[in-house]
Amino acid sequence: MSNEWPLWEVFIRGQHGMSHRHVGSLHAPDADMAIKNARDVYTRRNEGVSIWVVEAVRIAASDPTDKAALYEPSASKVYRHPTFFDIPDEVGSM
Amino acid sequence: MYAQMVKTSSTGVKSPEEMTDQERAFQARIDAGEKIEPKDWMPDDYRATLIRQIGQHAHSEVVGQLPEGNWITRAPTLERKAILLAKVQDEAGHGLYLYSAAETLGESRDELIRLLHDGKMKYSSIFNYPTLTWADIGAVGWLVDGAAIVNQVALQRTSYGPYSRAMVRICKEESFHARQGYAIMMKMAFGTPAQKAMAQDALNRMWYPCLMMFGPSDKDSVHSEQSMAWKIKIGTNDELRQKYVDQTIPQIEYLGLECPDKDLKWNEKRGHYDFSEPDWSEFFAVIKGNGPCNKERLAARQTAWDDGAWVRDGLLAHGRKKAARQMAAE
Repeated sequence: MSNEWPLWEVFIRGQHGMSHRHVGSLHAPDADMAIKNARDVYTRRNEGVSIWVVEAVRIAASDPTDKAALYEPSASKVYRHPTFFDIPDEVGSM
Repeated sequence: MYAQMVKTSSTGVKSPEEMTDQERAFQARIDAGEKIEPKDWMPDDYRATLIRQIGQHAHSEVVGQLPEGNWITRAPTLERKAILLAKVQDEAGHGLYLYSAAETLGESRDELIRLLHDGKMKYSSIFNYPTLTWADIGAVGWLVDGAAIVNQVALQRTSYGPYSRAMVRICKEESFHARQGYAIMMKMAFGTPAQKAMAQDALNRMWYPCLMMFGPSDKDSVHSEQSMAWKIKIGTNDELRQKYVDQTIPQIEYLGLECPDKDLKWNEKRGHYDFSEPDWSEFFAVIKGNGPCNKERLAARQTAWDDGAWVRDGLLAHGRKKAARQMAAE
């Protein structure tokens, strides 16, 4: 068995009201240490108010070669954007 | 630079006709300014070169803690000590960001560290010079981090996404490093004659080794072309070195110090300073392991790694036991 500490992905909430955002990764022997290390590495200049860590091997990611299959269908559905519809000025803001 | 003389795994830049369809599509993405992400297809040589370059960059950040750590306990005031401690802690963080970026390419951090300890990977030549006086700590922050900034600002535009993002984060922290160094230099240069002499001495010793950080002259760097095409390297060694000299000379003048290069002069026609090349035979000697501190630096890294083994193993064993207990309880 490898003696390298597992890799964790780190997510930080920058301010109250914002969502957590991926900021980087680090190695740690367990979740508690991962949070402690994340605090030392990623919040030394008041960058955060909350930390999430998740073991990197637990993350499932989409395959870049599936890009067309996944995202192209939405390209033709322009009516999903409000600007698709012309509303007369007389109606006021909508 | 922090990554000097990185050998490009390539037989030279291929013309579009020589490339496979996959390689052509890859180069087109880079030319269009797109970022390459870890799961994207990439040529093996691109991957191998990046691992070497980012790995060397990471090693430089970590080994770079040693010359400065040397002065933490001897900083002249409590405030300077706290600042230096924070700066050295940043360097550990920079190493971590970069090792993480290298790991996204499929190389483990432990393996990179092993290669460093075995002498199969290098770190920047600059960290093989000693820090003899407190003024050296000022000069390191100002001049060494200043040189690093020139390179790293450019590298924010590198084609590999995780490397680029690490550079953005590092650059934000790096200007604190340069400014705290310059603040030390101002205190010394505007202090007593003895302090000013120390500042001048630090500048004299650091100047040429800092110019060497950018690597040999373009006419002698064989690996640049492919790395430039891949946007792994942004700006040639000579371009970056010129930029560094141009921005540093006014800073030297403000301090009332003298640049040790007696042939340095402003060239009106070029709009740049003309300056003397460093002694490249010294550079190659340092790279080969014969600088003033090579053995000391590597020994310090190896000792830290060995002495920390029981902590790493103990915490890992504890983490596994806890995980197993939790699993059993569920």
